[in-house]
Amino acid sequence: MAACMSANRSENAFSANDLVPEWAQEEVSTGTTIMAVEFDGGVVIGADSRTTTGAYIANRVTDKLTPIHDHIFCCRSGSAADTQAVADAVTYQLGFHSIELDEPPLVQTAANLFKQMCYRYREELMAGIIVAGWDKRKGGQVYTVPMGGMIVRQPVSVGGSGSSYIYGFMDSNYKPGMTKEECLHFCTQALTLAMERDGSSGGVARLAAITEDGVERRVVLGNQLPKFSNV
Amino acid sequence: MLPPLCFTADFRVYHMLSSKLKYDLSASTFSPDGRVFQVEYAMKAVENSSTAIGIRCKDGVVFGVEKLVLSKLYEQGSNKRIFNVDRHVGMAVAGLLADARSLSEVAREEASNFRSNYGHNIPLKHLSERVAMYVHAYTLYSAVRPFGCSFILGSYDQDDGPQLYMVDPSGISYGYWGCAIGKAKQAAKTEIEKLQMKDMTCRELVKEVAKIIYIVHDEVKDKAFELELSWVGEVTNGKHELVPKDVREEAEKYAKDSLEEEDDSDEENM
Repeated sequence: MAACMSANRSENAFSANDLVPEWAQEEVSTGTTIMAVEFDGGVVIGADSRTTTGAYIANRVTDKLTPIHDHIFCCRSGSAADTQAVADAVTYQLGFHSIELDEPPLVQTAANLFKQMCYRYREELMAGIIVAGWDKRKGGQVYTVPMGGMIVRQPVSVGGSGSSYIYGFMDSNYKPGMTKEECLHFCTQALTLAMERDGSSGGVARLAAITEDGVERRVVLGNQLPKFSNV
Repeated sequence: MLPPLCFTADFRVYHMLSSKLKYDLSASTFSPDGRVFQVEYAMKAVENSSTAIGIRCKDGVVFGVEKLVLSKLYEQGSNKRIFNVDRHVGMAVAGLLADARSLSEVAREEASNFRSNYGHNIPLKHLSERVAMYVHAYTLYSAVRPFGCSFILGSYDQDDGPQLYMVDPSGISYGYWGCAIGKAKQAAKTEIEKLQMKDMTCRELVKEVAKIIYIVHDEVKDKAFELELSWVGEVTNGKHELVPKDVREEAEKYAKDSLEEEDDSDEENM
């Protein structure tokens, strides 16, 4: 067991810069676990709700599932500022594009807009984004745009610091052809497991199901999360 | 009897009876009855050119162009009037060919930038609106002249199906099931209206398009011509390309045979 007890640790330790304590100099990060799953007729997306500045939890009820358009969402991980800025820019571009075309935008278009920005500014940004939604042409789609700016469509995708702990769970429990309720259950379990192990993930589990009829959001509070260990 | 000539202060000469000549020297001037003459003159340039038609059917789009051959010394197939704008988009033109070539480059850049930014094929409605906006910009200023060409854009897409749009020198784009531009456009439109294009396939339509071009071609005024035929649809897997040699020959044979039949039936009536 690797528990660490630091008797001399002081939350107000100052580093070289005298003006502010160390924790206030750390970037605000959506430490995070995010995921998205395709099913026939839509997608289910999920995220935890913890935002940290170093070891301090700046927001324990964050909403990392951000609407980009009526039927397209993105899950944000990495720097909170970077992902918010990119999401705002893409929301604007996609809205304009949709009005020009006089048609609801494609999920692929939204994902490509994210990719363009994340690739062009890859040195400056720290943003790992999952774009998911529904459109008339290809139904439910999940595109992952990790740091560095590549893009790939996947039936199920996980991201963020907590994702490392649930790749095994995802690989062994995901089955193609799940229903919406099965996907929601799958996401809840995966998020719970990640939040349990990753220090930068926690709080509540936020979920959303996006279909042709719209978006249905759910919150699973901390005490309602499934219990995996009996301890 | 010619109307009397008038000399103006800056030595321009015009006929006194044509009062519109004060308002037709630049695209930035309206006439008193609300017309922009430069744009209308540009459309006349299109009407002097030989005919091009485009027809949309159940599973694709077919273009046919009557390419007049002014000299026997020309290499066959030079000065094409049908362009590839993107893999799934084709463009047939009438009017000043150099203007049309410049606009085909504009259309290609638009389609390419769209794919680069948004990751998928440009919808034809959007492309035609963008190119029409570009054409329109040249009708606003006296420093430039309007484009002297009209063109027909056609595409086939898995999701949108076949699409056909026409853009004229004024900068408006129209969506069509069938349209014609150039000197015989009225005659061609009459023939097109006789077709039930919504129920036809590309293979059937190719023959009809060839026939229409042969019908509207004026043997007396214009002698030799080359028929340029292209299509895009399910039959080509969504790729715009010139019609293959065997299909072309079959279509031309059908066209020539139909014309002979009509000549024969005329004789019988007499």
